[in-house]
Amino acid sequence: MNESLSHIFVDALLINNFVLCVFLGMCSFIGLSGKFSTAWRMGVSVMFVIIVSSILAYGTNLILVRFHAEYLRIITYIVIIASTVQLTEMFIKKNSPSLFRAMGVYLPLITTNCAVLAVPLFQTSRNYSFVQSVVFAIAASGGYTMAIVILSLVRERVELSDVPSLAKGTALTLVLAAILSMAFMGFGGMGNGG
Amino acid sequence: MSQDLPACHSAAETPSDTMAAFTAGLWKQNPVFVMVLGMCPTLAITNSVRNAIAMGLATTFVMASANGFISLIRKLVPKQVRIATYILMIATSVTIVDYLVKAISIPVYKALGAFIPLIVSNCLTLERAESYAGKNPIGKSILDGLGMGLGFTFALTCLGTVREVLGAGTFLGFPLFGPNFEPWVLFLLPPGGFISLAMWLLTFTLWRERAEKRKRAREAAQAVPVEAAS
Repeated sequence: MNESLSHIFVDALLINNFVLCVFLGMCSFIGLSGKFSTAWRMGVSVMFVIIVSSILAYGTNLILVRFHAEYLRIITYIVIIASTVQLTEMFIKKNSPSLFRAMGVYLPLITTNCAVLAVPLFQTSRNYSFVQSVVFAIAASGGYTMAIVILSLVRERVELSDVPSLAKGTALTLVLAAILSMAFMGFGGMGNGG
Repeated sequence: MSQDLPACHSAAETPSDTMAAFTAGLWKQNPVFVMVLGMCPTLAITNSVRNAIAMGLATTFVMASANGFISLIRKLVPKQVRIATYILMIATSVTIVDYLVKAISIPVYKALGAFIPLIVSNCLTLERAESYAGKNPIGKSILDGLGMGLGFTFALTCLGTVREVLGAGTFLGFPLFGPNFEPWVLFLLPPGGFISLAMWLLTFTLWRERAEKRKRAREAAQAVPVEAAS
């Protein structure tokens, strides 16, 4: 409850990085990290959806608690996320058709990205205030974007090297992710200051 | 779920008879080792065998009941809103499981943590709803959900066994090695999850390639006499 904002930010961004340390959003992390151009687009759209749905979920949770209907939480959150994704899709389609063509395929995938559902769930279970929730959403989604962008850059380099045909594909990506994840374990020591 | 994983979509070829609906998920189309779906719980919850089995069973229940619901209403749902409807059905089943697990065992509930509600956004459940339950009668859909769920449980148990035995030197909590065993703690930490899954995937790919090569060799051996006879 009384965690400082900077602690929440660093914790969600680095120490407990959503992808590499908590294992959230793995499907898109493995599936869409093949190219840098798709990876950062996916990262930015996930960031947008996470931040908007986190704000909406905070408001909705207040209403649910008011009417003692906490058991509806999972269902409401997923509806919020699905409609945010739908709204984003419509908004982008209207304002920038070229961006829509580039991003259109990935938008529906965001609904089943567990990182998106995890942010509202975590902020509720940790009793974050409104400002804390927003900071948490920004840091968590930033962590996701960072991880997927780093992995895509590494994978672009690995494409050029000679890998046994057996290991090509998911297995190789997982090994790369393991190495990245080991690197992120180094941030673990930063957690004691908060 | 993505373009890089064509294996997920080839799963749409529906097995014709009822038994096949059940067994496909167990081995041939194993959700983790073959389709590479549902990665988040696969990596996060497998640091002990007990948690892996609990998570697998929870997912099995969700998939069987969600597949059943979806198959029941599949003819009433307009095509445009089907994904939203599927997700609502899945979310309802997950809420039931969330409260069930809490009622059955608090320690397990605490260990699985946020990953029970997150079954909603497990791409595996939605993929089965979209490619199987939305098109097939209720009995087969439930069987498909059960088979896929048990296949998922099997995969999680495989992964959990490697990680628990190497990382803690125990199996289901029982110590396996003498007191001098130095546990390889890395396997309980996130990188261990990635590495052990990568190794299992490699093993399975090797297995499949070998089987295919043997099948091709057998077919070639059968084809030769036929050609010679004609």
